[in-house]
Amino acid sequence: MVFKYHKRETRRGTLTQMQMNNPKTDLRTKRRSLRFRKWKDKLVRLFSIFSITLVVGGMAWILLTVISHGVGVIDFKFLTQPSKPYGIPDSGIANALIGTLLITLGAAVLSVPPAIAGGIYLSEFGKYSKIGHFIRFSANVMMGIPSVIVGLFVYIILVVPMGTFSGFAGAVALAIIMFPLVMRTTEDMLGMVPYTLRESALALGMTRARTTICIVARAAKNGLLTGILLGLARVSGETAPLLFTALFSDSWPTEFFSQPTANMPVLITEYATNSPFEEMHAAGWGAALIITLVVLLINIFTRIVFRTRHAK
Amino acid sequence: MSIIAEGACFRTHPLCVREKAMFATDNIFKTICLICAGLIGLLMIGFFVQLAFSSVGAWKEFGLAFLWSSEWDPVSEKFGALPSIVGTLLTTTIALVIALPLSFVSAFYLVDLPVAIGKILSQALDLLATIPSIIYGMWGLFILAPIMQNYVQPFMVDTLRLGDIPIIGRFLGEDYNGFGFFTAGLILSLMILPYICAIMRDIFAMTPPMLRESAYGVGCTKWETTKDIVVRYGIRGLLGGVFIGLGRALGETMAVLFVIGNMTQLPSALFDSGTTIAATLANNFPEAAGVQQSVLFALGLILLTMSFGIQVFAQWYLNTTSAKRGEER
Repeated sequence: MVFKYHKRETRRGTLTQMQMNNPKTDLRTKRRSLRFRKWKDKLVRLFSIFSITLVVGGMAWILLTVISHGVGVIDFKFLTQPSKPYGIPDSGIANALIGTLLITLGAAVLSVPPAIAGGIYLSEFGKYSKIGHFIRFSANVMMGIPSVIVGLFVYIILVVPMGTFSGFAGAVALAIIMFPLVMRTTEDMLGMVPYTLRESALALGMTRARTTICIVARAAKNGLLTGILLGLARVSGETAPLLFTALFSDSWPTEFFSQPTANMPVLITEYATNSPFEEMHAAGWGAALIITLVVLLINIFTRIVFRTRHAK
Repeated sequence: MSIIAEGACFRTHPLCVREKAMFATDNIFKTICLICAGLIGLLMIGFFVQLAFSSVGAWKEFGLAFLWSSEWDPVSEKFGALPSIVGTLLTTTIALVIALPLSFVSAFYLVDLPVAIGKILSQALDLLATIPSIIYGMWGLFILAPIMQNYVQPFMVDTLRLGDIPIIGRFLGEDYNGFGFFTAGLILSLMILPYICAIMRDIFAMTPPMLRESAYGVGCTKWETTKDIVVRYGIRGLLGGVFIGLGRALGETMAVLFVIGNMTQLPSALFDSGTTIAATLANNFPEAAGVQQSVLFALGLILLTMSFGIQVFAQWYLNTTSAKRGEER
């Protein structure tokens, strides 16, 4: 085993001449039988099969639980009626569905234009500049900041001055989470466009701005869409920031800018934790199933679109 | 045709004006892009400034002792951050201890599999990483916690008598109700597994085939190759992945909130109910006012600092690796 004793040497320093002459202290003589090593290899592989089944099995368990609990609840009434306090019949989740739709779309509207512009800067103008490095670094860091902190931040800058929780504040919070995600994918996608395209456009006399918008961005269109959709999928299930910003209400989301707005994640939280009633729990499972399905479908859809682009 | 040779004024010739306008739009475009990109840096700094500003009250009231005081008494307005900090660290540690070995060997196996199956499994894992955390929380609350209470914890404490072994028993604790650090750590580990596994898989796949083949050539088994060659080659990337998982576990709110039990007390055992910073924030914020609110902002600042430190470290680690093998890719 060459690597074995190489490793020992580096770990404990090189062997002295005396150690090497003495067969008892010469580490090179300490070899393990092939059978032992093969057996160990098999054991580890068995463990990895076990662990991967555990992981995939655990995930499948979660998914199946959500499906089996949620699928019975969903019917036409459930999807078209607004949520109501316990005891009132015909309650649904329609207001939360629309609220979540509004909030996530609001987040997209707020975050996508600046995020794409920022990605363009990183990829086209400031790729190797100091400020580009700083911005890329802060985008990476911001992607890992806990979402609950984003909720706190937006609470201070929007909810307190406006004096009320609102769907708009929720949209801003989700936009802050989405911003670095879309920016980084934009940068990566633009980076994949071949340089010859840019050079041809510039050689025709186009300005950098036109080259970027009409040639580079168009060439990377599918990638940009992928980034936006993945960002949307990611934020549509975010709960913690919405607890601090959009909160919840049983009414239709008509006062998006000045009233707490119903949304799916907070509805699930409310129904699952703050309610002792089985019916509410069931409704929570139904909502959970819908949000899981939406997130998974967006992800699968974008993956397929992206792959066909690659295959060409 | 030369514009200047014709004697036209450089400033007023229509072609020049147009060209200048073009370059002006170019500059404007670049500036707009720069401003938009700069927003993210501003936001990052803004987070710190805003949270520091809002938590001034707490720091004034309790001073730095806030960090290691374990009191939490909303009635007499005495607060300390220690229970939340310790809880955060404890759940994160449990999650990592469970998730790390599992994701390591899973990634080892994923790279090793026939391409088709490996690809499907990787895709499935990537998809599962996108499930919202609230789903994990709900599953934990309704499915895992009762199972822990009725089967796992009684089995560990009563059947295996782990509670009677001196040191381990002290760690586990004797009272159990299904909620607490252990359950929260389990759910967290399940949540961060796909992330860590994906990064490890990429690092494993990035190792130059020549290195692997040389190892096989001198007679290493697959496990020895992974352990001695691949890990050494990608150790920085692996650590970066671990830190990204760590950052995720640290700030996770909903999955933890549902199963941690929400008791603001110093944990004495794994089966205890407790709290984490994120759970304290989400749980107490709605009814907090005055000093308590600024205390919560101070907790938020602590969490932000912790996760910021970890992210910076992870970025630095991952960056140095990608720079190192930038040529080889």
